Amino acid sequence: MKSRIYLDHAATAPLLDSARAAMLEGFARWANPSSPHASGREARALLEDARRRIAAALGWEGHILFTSGASEALAMALGRSTASGILAGATEHDAVLRHVAVAQRLAVDQDGLVRLPETIAPGTLVVIQHVNSETGLIQPLDAMAEQVHAAGGHLLADCSQSAGKLALPEGADLIALSAHKLGGPIGIGALLVKDLALIRPVGGQEQGYRAGTEAMPLACGFAAALEAPVAWLDAVARWRMALDKAIVAAGGVVVAGDGARLPTIGSYRMPGVSAQAQLIRFDMAGIAVSAGSACSSGSLRTSHVLAAMGWDESAASQVIRVSMGHDSEAGDIDAFLAQWQAIATDMRSR
Amino acid sequence: MIYLDYQATTPLAPEVAAAMTAALDHYGNPNSAHRAGRIAAADVELARDRVMAALGRKNGRLIFTSGATEALNIAIIGAARAAPSGRRRIVTLATEHPAVLDTVLSLRQAGYEPVILPVEDDGLVDPDIAEAAIDGRAALLAVMQVNNEIGVIQPIEQLLALARSWNVRTLCDAVQGFGRLPTPDADMIAITAHKIHGPKGVGALWLRDGVDVPPLMHGGGQEGGLRPGTLSPSLCAGFGVAAQLAAERRTADLAHVEALWARARILFADWTVNGSIDQRYHGNLNIRRAGLDAARLVSQVRNVALSLGSACASGSGRPSHVLRAIGLKEAEARGALRMGFGRYTRVDQLEEAAALINEAAAMQRAVA
Repeated sequence: MKSRIYLDHAATAPLLDSARAAMLEGFARWANPSSPHASGREARALLEDARRRIAAALGWEGHILFTSGASEALAMALGRSTASGILAGATEHDAVLRHVAVAQRLAVDQDGLVRLPETIAPGTLVVIQHVNSETGLIQPLDAMAEQVHAAGGHLLADCSQSAGKLALPEGADLIALSAHKLGGPIGIGALLVKDLALIRPVGGQEQGYRAGTEAMPLACGFAAALEAPVAWLDAVARWRMALDKAIVAAGGVVVAGDGARLPTIGSYRMPGVSAQAQLIRFDMAGIAVSAGSACSSGSLRTSHVLAAMGWDESAASQVIRVSMGHDSEAGDIDAFLAQWQAIATDMRSR
Repeated sequence: MIYLDYQATTPLAPEVAAAMTAALDHYGNPNSAHRAGRIAAADVELARDRVMAALGRKNGRLIFTSGATEALNIAIIGAARAAPSGRRRIVTLATEHPAVLDTVLSLRQAGYEPVILPVEDDGLVDPDIAEAAIDGRAALLAVMQVNNEIGVIQPIEQLLALARSWNVRTLCDAVQGFGRLPTPDADMIAITAHKIHGPKGVGALWLRDGVDVPPLMHGGGQEGGLRPGTLSPSLCAGFGVAAQLAAERRTADLAHVEALWARARILFADWTVNGSIDQRYHGNLNIRRAGLDAARLVSQVRNVALSLGSACASGSGRPSHVLRAIGLKEAEARGALRMGFGRYTRVDQLEEAAALINEAAAMQRAVA
């Protein structure tokens, strides 16, 4: 058995070997990609090659603007949007929600599915995540894009969790990505843009849409990670399905259990036991899981995602998230389940 | 290839590459509460201490960013937004990096008043002109320590003291001076790793205790809410080691730069130096020759990495705003070359490069 079991891939996934090798190669070519001399042009060529490979791996035909991560990509799309208004799902990441007033948030049903309003004003930018980072719920973005487009609006899809695992939503006009959720390096992401008229330029690099020296080695790591096969996903899907059943049998609740969910994420309530107590017990047992997103896991705030789905505060405070990835093994899930059952029995007997 | 473009970026130090490679295995998210997350957070915090130490700062806070451009944007836009309504002026110099100039100018449409101070022919600002522009109407003085194109060192402490006397917030773009010169006594300091033999993709903003600016981006609340986004333990570790190396090797690096400078001055004795010679970081030599087509020379001297000005503007073909600001005519600016050297440049490389450059310049003259 492994000494440490990592089941927090939705917070960040371990770097893939191929991505690491690509980065080390990139580090050796350290020139500034904007320099016109031969060293600079060599770095530029690798950067543009990475961009082309990412486009090919994703099947994306529009523009790809590199950013420092998904937060910056979302800030770019929202802060510099040329849209007449913005609407966002109530369960979006904080990076999105802090850009939109409460009145602009779209309610979700009990599984977390976004309810689009009957009428959307032309020119509106609608922001919806492809997969929720806490529950794994998949939004039917292809259908939503049609509805948004029919109203004369545009769709910004936050694909931080889904990219590399699910095909990109076809109808999205803007897509935010993060490399480190899919086995690439931390520190790079991208905004995919169908039509540059949707955002205002700012100058400098990235076709005038982002200023700052490009981090070419990170771009190479990003490309390599996206090219890695995801054959492991089928096994993970089976393990997650079995885990869902076993948790229910042991008295637990599967969050968004009736919804279509990304196979890598499972979110479970252990009735009567706080998430904090569970996390401490799991960490002592050598298993890394989390309560909600990593960004807020230090804060002990109630999850805004569960609140939007209609969960009361006390039930929501008993939910933890398990997330798997490319290096997960069946034994990891067995160990998690055994520990979950032990904590539940132990706590109940107190 | 002889690399003489240290102001664009610097070679990655082997010690930095090793630290980054090791930290790539620390895959946790630094914000995660579990052990994997704490190991990653330890990388970030160790790096923060090392960068703070290299800055010579015990107090204040250092937030990591994606680079100096982002740090400068947070500082400038943040200071403008945080300023009392009576302070709308943003004062800066005509020779600043576009990350400062363009950001300051962009504030005009938000109702601020950009004040761009001219510089003298030596590249330095006249303190009397600065004094006339800085008063109780100013929200911010943003001034760079070492110019990225001509290497001149501004009378920065004098400018900062002037701003302080009017309670004006101060920002120093210390990108080129960090790790080499003492850190100026500004309220905010922007730096980046890749100019001190660290990786691209990470920089930092230091803020004095009590200096508060609103964030530019929103997200997971990292870096005290001022800069969201998951931090890379690897990039941070690389920055930390680069800063530590720069601090440890400061004397040796500077002595080496002085030796290179002395040699370069002899090798390029019949060229004119752009900007002050004394008030200058000697790892930069920006020189010109009448009648020269420097762009052509750069493409002729294929085995030497040189530049005409900043890397960002190099592709654009527009004349350098810095050379224009020091009073060069367009034809003079066309004859200017920028060389940057430092820790890993050998004297024999400099000599070989000088021979190639001087030969190409002589050929141009012969043909003309």
